[in-house]
Amino acid sequence: MAEPEQLVVEAERQAGAAATLDELSAVRTAMTGKRSPLVAARKALGALEPDARKQAGQALNAAKAAIDGILSTREAELSAAARAERLAAERLDLTEVTEQPASGHLHVITQTWQELEDVFAGMGYRVAEGPEIESEWYNFGALNFPLGHPARDMYDTLYVDYGEPGSTLLRTHTSPVQARVMENQAPPVYVVAPGRCFRQDTADATHMPVFHQIEGLVVDRDTSLGDLAGTIEAFTAAYFGPGFTSRLRPSYFPFTEPSAEFDIQRPDGTWLELGGCGMVHPNVLEACGIDPERWQGFAFGFGIDRLALIRFGIDDLRELWTNDLRFLRQF
Amino acid sequence: MKVLLSWLREFAPDIDGDPEHLAEDLSDLGLAVEELSHIGQGLDGIVVAEVLATRPHPDADRIHLVDVDAGGGEAIQVCCGAFNMAVGDLVPLATVGTTMPGGMEIARRKMRGQWSSGMLCSGAEIGMGEDHQGILILDQGLSVGAPLTEALGICPDVLFDLEVNPNRPDAMSVMGVARDLAARLGVPFAVTAPQVEETGQPAAERAAVSIAAPDFCRRFGIRVLDNLPSGASPRWMANRLLAVGQRPINAVVDLSNYVMFELGQPNHTYDLDLVPGGELGVRMARPGEQLITLDGTARTLSTYDGVIVNRDDEAIGLAGVMGGASTEISADTRSVLLEAAWWDPMTIARTARRLGLRSEASARFERGADPEIIPMALDRFAELAAALGATTAPGRIDATGNRPEPITVRVRSQRVNSILGTDLGTDEMTGLLAPIGFACETGGDGQDFNVSIPSWRLDSATEIDVIEEVGRLHGYSNIKRTVPVTEQAGALTPHQQDRRRIRALLTGMGISEAMPLPFLAPGDLARAGLGDDGITVTNPLVAEESIMRTSLRPGLLKAVAYNAARRTTGVSLFEIGRINPGGGGDLPDEREHLAVILAGQESTAATTLWRRLARHLAVTNPGVVNGSVDGLHPGRSGQVLADGQPVGALGEIDPQVLDAYEIDERVAWLEVDLGALLAADRGLAPYRAPSRYPSSDIDLAFTVPDEVAADEVAATIAQAGGELLASVALFDVFRSEQLGEGRRSLAYALRFEASDRTLNDAEVAQARQSCIDAVTTTHNATLRSN
Repeated sequence: MAEPEQLVVEAERQAGAAATLDELSAVRTAMTGKRSPLVAARKALGALEPDARKQAGQALNAAKAAIDGILSTREAELSAAARAERLAAERLDLTEVTEQPASGHLHVITQTWQELEDVFAGMGYRVAEGPEIESEWYNFGALNFPLGHPARDMYDTLYVDYGEPGSTLLRTHTSPVQARVMENQAPPVYVVAPGRCFRQDTADATHMPVFHQIEGLVVDRDTSLGDLAGTIEAFTAAYFGPGFTSRLRPSYFPFTEPSAEFDIQRPDGTWLELGGCGMVHPNVLEACGIDPERWQGFAFGFGIDRLALIRFGIDDLRELWTNDLRFLRQF
Repeated sequence: MKVLLSWLREFAPDIDGDPEHLAEDLSDLGLAVEELSHIGQGLDGIVVAEVLATRPHPDADRIHLVDVDAGGGEAIQVCCGAFNMAVGDLVPLATVGTTMPGGMEIARRKMRGQWSSGMLCSGAEIGMGEDHQGILILDQGLSVGAPLTEALGICPDVLFDLEVNPNRPDAMSVMGVARDLAARLGVPFAVTAPQVEETGQPAAERAAVSIAAPDFCRRFGIRVLDNLPSGASPRWMANRLLAVGQRPINAVVDLSNYVMFELGQPNHTYDLDLVPGGELGVRMARPGEQLITLDGTARTLSTYDGVIVNRDDEAIGLAGVMGGASTEISADTRSVLLEAAWWDPMTIARTARRLGLRSEASARFERGADPEIIPMALDRFAELAAALGATTAPGRIDATGNRPEPITVRVRSQRVNSILGTDLGTDEMTGLLAPIGFACETGGDGQDFNVSIPSWRLDSATEIDVIEEVGRLHGYSNIKRTVPVTEQAGALTPHQQDRRRIRALLTGMGISEAMPLPFLAPGDLARAGLGDDGITVTNPLVAEESIMRTSLRPGLLKAVAYNAARRTTGVSLFEIGRINPGGGGDLPDEREHLAVILAGQESTAATTLWRRLARHLAVTNPGVVNGSVDGLHPGRSGQVLADGQPVGALGEIDPQVLDAYEIDERVAWLEVDLGALLAADRGLAPYRAPSRYPSSDIDLAFTVPDEVAADEVAATIAQAGGELLASVALFDVFRSEQLGEGRRSLAYALRFEASDRTLNDAEVAQARQSCIDAVTTTHNATLRSN
């Protein structure tokens, strides 16, 4: 039977020779397993005299502890080496990527539209919508454009073949939504109505037969032109940012009186003509079933498309409609 | 509407100051200045030159060589790009060293090897008219070599180009603009009555008018003039007309235009010798009545048109729109009948529009001219004509139809302040109104007042009209700005919020939002495999924009084809937009659709997308039912269900349709009626705490006939698995010869669990068996593995 010290030496030799964790495991079995010399020696202890047994037992225990130590040290070494090897083997160039990112983009009109909705929602407005194919009544009649009124010519209206000739059209502005809201909702009213509009126009860099507008309508007890001017100013600051201001200039629209154009002044002093606005004409309130002696209101409207062009530095309206992915994915 | 500062000053001499500030004042009054130009300036160095000879440039086609005499008696060679001059013509020459109004310096230089010592000028280049093309040919008789300003009597002036709104008939005249501006500036405004010397036989004995259409013709004034000049108008008048964009013609026509621009009253002259008895009448045209107008065109009239007739009831003029050829003045005309009338604005608008004859005159009548200015307009014409040697017959003829009643409006000062948001006193309001001719009479309480609307403001008839005037003259920029406060919480509707969530989901999946034109060309729908029955636009400018869409498909197919043609394939796009499916009530049905097009992908991509969308929106019981859909691949299409109701379709575009669009990749498609989808039953299932006990996972593979949908098998498993089945998911599909024709293997992963215990083997085995039995008996399927 080998001496315990020899067993330790042998274990040290074998553990050192083990190149892998599996080999080390075999060494462990050989050196400390059921059939190992160590176990055999322990079994043989029973045959010794008590004194000798004690001495031999202590020697064996010491050898066992030493062998365990050797094995676990070696195990740690091999584990670390295995890990290092694996990590080295798994090294990747993180720019070595063939898959293109799937990036979807909201259309610039939608982005602008949503920003506008958010600004007005922040000011307490709800968002209303209406049909794109509209009746002559809502597009003109309810808005104080009598039949045959020359002001109707200001709008190059597209009509559709539906119902009586001239009765149904592609709405020329979002203003019909004003009338629809007022008919369906008792004041006070605070709404904006973004939407798609149509005109008989030849497509070029600044015109399209289809375009988008946003309309605002407030009807309340004492709503005044001062409220309108203040609201335009508050919107200007909120949407365009600090340093932008607004002004109102008298103008004419059949559905508002007094009417105004509103312009935005940029921080560099230049002006941007943005849209039209005014106090809701008493005839319009009446046409929508609201008593103009009890309620007053203002309305405003402007184009979304041009804002989108300005915001994103696009110089041709037609680009908005090509659906060229090289265009869409820039925004 | 263009106005000259010098002309405005004839009504309000104290209008003064920086032209830029005056422009701001005009804009602030609602007369938006589109352009401000300084004219008659920077013309130093431009002289009258005579064309001596012209000859081709040896090395250039687009320019030629012109020899001119600039007063020095020697020929100066100039290269010129315009060819409209002849030898002997007088032309403006910018001499060497001149700085043009645009800033260009004229130097002696070679053009293609030929010397050019100066530049011949077009009208536009020197602020006289708008002609850029030709060289301005000057009147004969000017002295060669004289400075142009001196020769033409040009004075430095300021030209405002105003945008006049339809509600400002008064601002269609120099006088009206001057009145507004003077009021704003607080300077006097005055109209000097024209001085007319009358002589000869009274007008009433030489002319007469009868009005048979008194609602159309509210007033008809006539003067008779003799000895009219036949030549050109005086230079100062021609210069003014040129500046405001009116080409001078001859003295009589120019006089007529001058009076119209100055006072806003269009007028017309008849050769008195061609009007039998000097008798005119006014009536509405007869259906189909013919008239040859001044431009030589034969017009067919309708009962909506008003006409001037002669003694024999023959139409000799289209009232308010264009005169007739038969009474046109000519070089031989010695006596004229001058008409100044008031016509019904709507009738004029309709006739001018129908015949395409909109003119400076019709623009004024359409807005509503001032019926009270008629005598003055006649007299002003006579006064100006007298300076040219004409004489005026004594008296005016003044026939009236149903003249508009003078309007008086009661205005509540409290209402004015409430609408404007101002705090003006009644006297301040009346003080603002008086200078523009709105005469105010304050009532007893000092609060309300009556306003007599001036005859030149036919647009104004109600209290709100007067309130607008108060606001306009007070200045919108002087109104205190306030922001109204609402108790309402601003928010999007649930539908609008869902729309945004869908957009976020789709863009997050790498799908970009497209915006195709909503118009289609005839045949576009058929080409996309859809019924060709969209609503038609009755007056499209181009056929490509003549049909309203019934589906978003043609537009997105076009977008994919457009990109493919530019070598961008595999495009994924979506659109949310309105379509008109056909049918409807007062208005055509209009639905909001969502469509997704996935180029380079198979139909199953659309199914995955739909499931993701349905999950995102918590659609109750979303489904797909195989079946053919128009325009989609017959074997790869189906209906989309939300809570059992069809809300759309998905699949792959029919190869035939792809061919028509020249798309050569597979294209997966999903289109849903967004309104129907969002209105369908939706909502999360009641919350259940995740089980704390381990689950048991088993896989089952069946051989299933092709006609049985995988979803149906899954549904059968789900039902049979009962309470204990936590989830079932298809994870593998394959076909092989061994399985046989018409069958495939479908493998499902099942997870069983209970919330209150660990399932024992017997329970799981029983549940598993139930699922197997249900599938094999229901679907003619066999279990493949165990």
